[in-house]
Amino acid sequence: MEVNANDCIKGVILIGGPQKGTRFRPLSLDVPKPLFPVAGFPLLQHLIEACVNVPAMKEILVLGYFSSEEINPFLNEISHLYKDVKIRYLQEYTRLGTAGGIFHFRDQIKAGHPSAFIVINGDVSGDFPLRDMLEFHRENLNKPVKPLVTMLATEATRQQSVNYGCIVENKTTHQVVHFVEKPSTFVSTLINCGVYVCGIDIFSVISKIRKEKQESFYSGETQEQLESIMIERDIIMPFAGKHGNIFVYQTNRVWSQVKTAASAIYANKQYLELYRKTKPSRLAQSKERGDALGVRVIGDVYIHPSAQIDSSCVIGPNVSIGKNVVIGPGVRIHDSIILGDSAVEDHSLLLYAIIGWSSSIGKWSRVEGTPCDPNPNKPFAKMENVPLFNAEGRLNPSITVLGKSTNHFNC
Amino acid sequence: MLAFHQNHGCEGTVVVTQVEEPSKYGVVVYDGNGKIERFVEKPLEFVSNKINAGLYILNPSILDRIEVRPTSIEKEIFPAMATDGQLFAYELSGYWMDIGQPKDFLTGMCLYLQALRQNSKGALTLVSGDTFVGNVLVDPTAVIGHNCRIGPNVTIGPDVVIEDGVCIKRSTILKGSKIRSHSWLDSCIVGWNCVIGQWVRMENVTVLGEDVIVSDEVYINGGKVLPHKAISSSVPEPQIIM
Repeated sequence: MEVNANDCIKGVILIGGPQKGTRFRPLSLDVPKPLFPVAGFPLLQHLIEACVNVPAMKEILVLGYFSSEEINPFLNEISHLYKDVKIRYLQEYTRLGTAGGIFHFRDQIKAGHPSAFIVINGDVSGDFPLRDMLEFHRENLNKPVKPLVTMLATEATRQQSVNYGCIVENKTTHQVVHFVEKPSTFVSTLINCGVYVCGIDIFSVISKIRKEKQESFYSGETQEQLESIMIERDIIMPFAGKHGNIFVYQTNRVWSQVKTAASAIYANKQYLELYRKTKPSRLAQSKERGDALGVRVIGDVYIHPSAQIDSSCVIGPNVSIGKNVVIGPGVRIHDSIILGDSAVEDHSLLLYAIIGWSSSIGKWSRVEGTPCDPNPNKPFAKMENVPLFNAEGRLNPSITVLGKSTNHFNC
Repeated sequence: MLAFHQNHGCEGTVVVTQVEEPSKYGVVVYDGNGKIERFVEKPLEFVSNKINAGLYILNPSILDRIEVRPTSIEKEIFPAMATDGQLFAYELSGYWMDIGQPKDFLTGMCLYLQALRQNSKGALTLVSGDTFVGNVLVDPTAVIGHNCRIGPNVTIGPDVVIEDGVCIKRSTILKGSKIRSHSWLDSCIVGWNCVIGQWVRMENVTVLGEDVIVSDEVYINGGKVLPHKAISSSVPEPQIIM
């Protein structure tokens, strides 16, 4: 596909606000969930990087209802890394819904005349084939029924599919024939990833929906909030069957949602593995390969340059170590995230755990969580997002999370 | 003890000791001279806090009291001797422990080490140094690595190898075992010729039989492991592994 030099694509990342991300507590109590670091970098930054790699990407707009003071310092810090792309935070004044927010900022999105724009849900992580998806969307513009929205989809197991938006697809034309959010009975194993390519004509569609909602609200027909318009419920679901202008692009690349603290560990593992292909310089190298640190590294590990780790430690696989972390001699860590300014003392063992900022772990400590990884025996299985307590009121085994400034004493 | 027995001139002397929970054992009731009146097995109400310590001095004449059949000396012979006024009680001073159960074995070990500290005559002496805390007994042939913390109340047998960065408390390590680096043990009995991996944590009266191998990074809580087993995954709740 030829990229027109004047072509313009925009990215829109929807990050929600403080009322969202409650299942991510206590980690989201100190930091907005989109800024929580996995594989060494904030979740939001991974999504920004995915957009930056799309040819002709000119601007990325981050939409949410966190206050600007919470998000702008981060965006200012990273802006120099992506010089060709402008990145801005747009704060919603009230919860407008996924489509409502996009409509509210339509002028900003339309500025520069983009031919299309990509919308990404802030709590997904993975290896998105954005370039291919955009090309697929463009090719279909030659078809008799043009795509209004192309959605990214992936396979799930039969049982898990009902936890997501389920898509029924016409296998030849790739049009969405039917779409339903979290059905109570099985509909399809093809699930919505929360990533969309939208044409500019979507704004007139949303405008029409808005007018209809206003009329029914003021005529007393509906009680629901006037402003909230959702992409899935108000556009995809009704338009799929009726107009046939919703298309689906299926991927088998990694994809997962980051809803709970446990899912952060899984996303950490995913992104670290992706670095092998996309950013190998971010991965720590083992002592045998002549690394200055001298630490023995197993598998995929990210270590912030300011971290101090004794050379007798064994770190990895699937570990991210944050800024200024100090790790004493003889420590073993795998499948964990150690956040900034923490200290882990001698001879400790940490597995399947998230250690919050400025925490300290005493000597000979053992901090162990239970992994919630997808069942390896089932193809396309996703992570189980189990609730905190089971039906008998007992805690479900999960990743161990130590919140900010926790002290675990030496025994 | 012998002098007391010869002094009263009767057939038998039973050593008794004072305990906190006498009803777990057999209680001995005796008069001011030490003559035993009766035995009460596991009394429901408080009778006395002196129990049978399991040491006896007996005249050969008691053999005439024993019929040739399976016989319990405590249940059949002693009560008969008490009725005849031929049994006396000798009060033991100092520590006593029934070490049949693993947890009592460890308690008994602590008492023994404490006694050793108080009268340090005899072949066994306690070690001291930066690595050691409290009462610790280490066989001269044992090898201990750097940055360890051993004690209080630890006994280490012959040819034991302890690697760097190991912490051991209130435990017994028997001959020939090897404990690899960075592990942590509390209230354990490690049998002969075991191998415990790196970063292992064992606690809460874990007992390993002879030749048990524990893999790296395993956690054992109160496990009772039969000989020649290999443990490769954690045991979070107390149980018997066979």
